[in-house]
This record gives sequence, structure tokens and C-alpha cells, in this order.
Amino acid sequence: MFKLTEKYSLSLAPIVYLILLFLLPTIIMVFVAFRIPGSYGGVEPLIVKGASSGHITINMSLDSIKFALSSKFIWQLFLRSMVYSIITTLCCLGLSYPLAMMVAKSNKKYRDILLLLVIIPFWSCFLIRVYAWMIILGPQSAVNHAINYLIESFGFAAVNLLYSPVAVIICLVYINLPFMILPLYANLEKHDEALIEASRDLGASRWQSFWKITLPLSMPGILAGGALVFIPSIGMFVVPELVGNNCSLMIGNLIKQQFLQTMNWPLGSVTAIVMTVSVLAISALVGVIASRTGGLRYANK
Amino acid sequence: MAILEIKNITKQFDDNLVVDNISINIEQGEFFTLLGPSGCGKTTLLRMLAGFITPDSGSILLDGKDITHLPPEKRPLHTIFQSYALFPHLTVFDNIAFPLKMAHWDKHKITAQVEELLEDVRLTKFMWRYPHELSGGQKQRVAIARSLVDRPKLLLLDEPLSALDARLREHMHIELVKLQEETGVTFVYVTHDQQEALALSSRIAVMNLGSIEQLDKPAVVYSKPKTYFVADFLGKCNLLKAEVLAITDTGVKLKVADSIEFEIVDVDNGNYAVGQIGWYSIRPEKIKLSRKMPTTEFMYIDKVVVNGYYYYGDATLYELSFDGQVKLQVMLSNTKAEEPNFFIDNSEVFLSFDPEAGNFIAEDQCSN
Repeated sequence: MFKLTEKYSLSLAPIVYLILLFLLPTIIMVFVAFRIPGSYGGVEPLIVKGASSGHITINMSLDSIKFALSSKFIWQLFLRSMVYSIITTLCCLGLSYPLAMMVAKSNKKYRDILLLLVIIPFWSCFLIRVYAWMIILGPQSAVNHAINYLIESFGFAAVNLLYSPVAVIICLVYINLPFMILPLYANLEKHDEALIEASRDLGASRWQSFWKITLPLSMPGILAGGALVFIPSIGMFVVPELVGNNCSLMIGNLIKQQFLQTMNWPLGSVTAIVMTVSVLAISALVGVIASRTGGLRYANK
Repeated sequence: MAILEIKNITKQFDDNLVVDNISINIEQGEFFTLLGPSGCGKTTLLRMLAGFITPDSGSILLDGKDITHLPPEKRPLHTIFQSYALFPHLTVFDNIAFPLKMAHWDKHKITAQVEELLEDVRLTKFMWRYPHELSGGQKQRVAIARSLVDRPKLLLLDEPLSALDARLREHMHIELVKLQEETGVTFVYVTHDQQEALALSSRIAVMNLGSIEQLDKPAVVYSKPKTYFVADFLGKCNLLKAEVLAITDTGVKLKVADSIEFEIVDVDNGNYAVGQIGWYSIRPEKIKLSRKMPTTEFMYIDKVVVNGYYYYGDATLYELSFDGQVKLQVMLSNTKAEEPNFFIDNSEVFLSFDPEAGNFIAEDQCSN
């Protein structure tokens, strides 16, 4: 009994924190979706008493939801966010896997230093790092010159790297890379070298050993890293705003605009809900597929 | 013809000579054991056979074919690892089917073959379980089945039973020998457990500091150790200072413990010179004790003092001394329901033994 109260009293603070700052705002957001937008932001009062007639009207409507679900523009942004996030996640996975493997297999003496190098970017502000990319990709940058030189030598027209979907994805990958490396490393580091030796011994080449043993066993790390990259990417609005153009706006930008510029809170809320629900649905789907294929089966043991 | 020929294999790690010019021929169907303390190079030698380590020099021939530089997957042999190394994400069935899938067997043939092996190791009921759902002994049997499923020419076993408890280990001894006889696959077994080695092997190579000290049948290794190390490492052994007094037609005449003289048969007598110093080695259970003067033609020593005893249940080990300083151990089996210490401490007894039950070890052959 004592243990039970101790368990709950310890987690009381985070529970209260999450209720106040996460659950409650989410519920409010759901309600706002059914309200009528105010003229200067916010929403119209829920109950209005007619000045002359004294007639009471309740200001609720499904208009925002109907609009959001039928708007081609919103679905386009939504789809684009999905595609960008999927590309980002795959790029992060492709870049992180060999790196995490290298760190996991390196001498124990150097592992901490290598991991430190991975998280060093966190020491400077996220915005500053994106600004740095604006300089790296900018029209006067060596990178842009070099790429244009290459492109022109094949007879194509020069391009601007900055303010393009490519720049958005480059930055998204850069920002999210450590979130893929760390869970992958944590997983790969635990792998038993004897399993690889056993698979080689039983007739698998290096490559087959990787596909049949290392990769399936690292599935929990891939899924954890994938979730940590995919979920923040889909709601990202700073990166497309700073390094993207009109054709690379994401759903996060729309939500921000609805709340801060267009002052249509209900539409912003609907969009946010659509995003949250789809992220949850994708997470659940991946979880089900993973447990069906056995990737996670052993992980809890 | 030998199925496995190890020719002058040498391996050095940094400045450490781990395997020093070892040559062994292993016959088809043998249960061959590499026995030695940790760090003697036995595991390194096994890993060179498996292909995880490349020897610095020398060659390994399997069935007449040079495999020294083949990668592990190209060698028609398998290893059973100390940790079993079962694939945690695959079922028992898929674990055992793994080598067949790698060899691109036909699906129906895989199923048939795996089911046959499952029956051999009595795990048919468990074929859809995952490794973490099995007991230690079951995991061990899956590892064995997985390694035998494609009928390799050679099976390497790296201390496979060391993680099991004593009872299960004894049970697995019987299973291993049975499986080996049934399949006819040649086993190369690595262990530091001398009893395991004696019980299972057709031949034993006792290794120390990267070299083979003695390679013989278990009974020979045990009762006629060639070096001080072998005598000392395998079980209990009395090692008494000895000197060669004369070389006879069939053996040597020894003076043991500066007091007793006798002649023994020794085929290596050509290697000794008169005055050669060494040890006379004799196992504790090969000596008899009596209160009265023994009436045998064997050697006997009188006025031996009992210093103490250890009661093991099936036998009692007596600590004895004579001439005030020469210490001896004698193991007597408790054939009757007698007192644990039939010979009381500090009493004087007679000790007798057949000189041929022991052997002479020359000092220059010792390694410590």
C-alpha cells in the first residue's frame, strides 16, 4: 500500500503538469473547432442574448470542419507534410544507421566522445542552426556555386538551393538527425556479437547477416527513432518559413497562420486535430505492423 | 585419411603468442577434445577452425581441402557457442531452418529436414516458441539441432555446457555422445572441465600456453601424463621427486623421494640419461593403505603418517606423509558403510602400490 502511494505521489507533479499543459489545451482545441471565429481573433461568445429580442443563440457550427475537410489546399499541405516527413525520416535512417553502427562497434574508450559529437549541435539554438543553413545554401555560398557549376556543365539552368523544398528537407534532416542516431545506437550497442558470428558460421554472408539478424533485431531502435523524427517533422513550421518557398509550406505553417495571421482559430484547431489524429493513426499502424512481423516481439523480454 | 588436418598453426596477438605451431590430425567420426585452462589458446584455435580468426602461419585442411583463408560461411562446419547464440527474433523452427535457407534449400525439403531434427532433439512441441520461452537445456538442444541440420563435416563446440547446472550437464553429456554416434559427425570439443573431457572424448589434446602438452586417449592422458602440467591439471596427482638410477631394456630404474627404488616400463627410456631428475607421478586412487604389512609383491612404504582426510561420500581422500616431509594423497573408495576416516589421524599405516600404475616425468619436459 505504501509503495502504491509512493509511486503515485512521485508521479503526481508530472501528471498535473501534463493535465494542465497538454490534456486541457487539447480538449479546449477540440471545442474551439466547433466555435465560430471572432472578428479579431479568438472565437465569438458561446451564448449570445439578442439585444432587442432577448433571443438566446448558441454560437456553434460545423462550418470550420466542413471547410477544412473539403478544402483542397489544406489536404495538399497535409499530404506535402506527410511526404516531407517520410522523406526526412528515411534520409535520417539512411544517414544514422551506418553512423550508429560505427559508434556501437567502436572502442569503448571513444564511444562517449563520438556520442558527444552527435549531440554537440544541441548546444546552440535551433534557430541559429537554421540560419547557418541559410548561409550555407544561400545564392552566394560555395555550395550553391559548386552545384550550379555542375548543373550548368550538363547544360541545365542554374538553381537556387535556398527557398526551395530541397532546402526544407535538408534542414529537417539536419535538425532531426540526432533523434534517430541516439535510439539506434542504444539498440545496436546491445547486440550480441555472437549472433552475427553464429549467422556467418551457419552460412550467411556479411550482407545476409545484416539483413537477417542485425536489421530485424534493430527494429525497435528504428521505430523509436522513426517516431522521434517523423512526429516533430510533420508539425514543423519554422524550417519551411525560413528556408522554404510558397510551394514548400507545411501543415504547421497553416495552423500558425490560422491562429496568428488569419485569426481563424476554429479552422486552425480543426487542422491541428486532423494532424494529431493522423500522427496517432500512423503510429498505431506502424506498431501493429511491427508486432505482427515479430520485430518487437523479443524486445520486451 | 584424417577429416581435419591442422598443420603448424601459429597465432600471435600483439606480443602474445597464443597458439604456437600446433599440428593435429583428427579422424572422421572422432570426438576430439581440446582441454586446457583459460588462456591456453584452445578457443583461439577453435575460432581459427571456424574462420573467425586467420592464423599467422600454417594451414587447415578439411576433408583434404585447404580452408585456411575461407570466410566462415564457406566452411562446411558449424560452431556451437557457449552462449548458444540462438536468434532471439526467430522461432525454434526458423532458427533450425536458418542454415538450410542460407543454402537455398527447397521449402518442402527444409520443413522435412527441420522436423526430423526437431524429433531427434525432442523439441517438436516447441517449434513455434521463441528462444526466450525455452529453458537452458532446451536452448542447448536447439543450438545442437541448428548446427547439425545440414549435416556438416565437422562440429566445433566451444564449452557448450558451461552455462548449465551440474545435473543437466551430465544429462547433456549422454545426449551429446548419442547424437555424435548417430550422426557420425566429427566433433571438436573445447573445455576446461577435465572430467567432461575424460568422459566424452575419443582423444584429448591437453593444451597449455599455446602448445599441446599431450595428445592421447583419455585413459592414457589420465594415468600416464607426459608432463608435470598434464599430471597436475587433470585431477589429483602425487608428484614425487624422482631420479633415474639406470636405464634398463624395457624402462628405467628410479629412485623416488630419495628413499625407495623400483623399476618401471617406459617406452621413452631412450630419451633419458642416468641421473635424469624428474617426478614419479601416481594418482591417489592407485595407492592402497593398510594397517598391517601388505602381503603383495607391490612396492610398499611403511611408517606413513595419516595427517588428515576429506570425506567425499563415495570416497575418502587421505593426506599422508612419510620421512617427515614427503606428502602424499590417497583416495580410497568407501565400499562399505564404514566410518569416513577408517585410518585415524596421526596413526602409522602401510602404503602399497603397483609401480606400473604411475610413470616417470622428466624435468626438461615440464612447462612450469
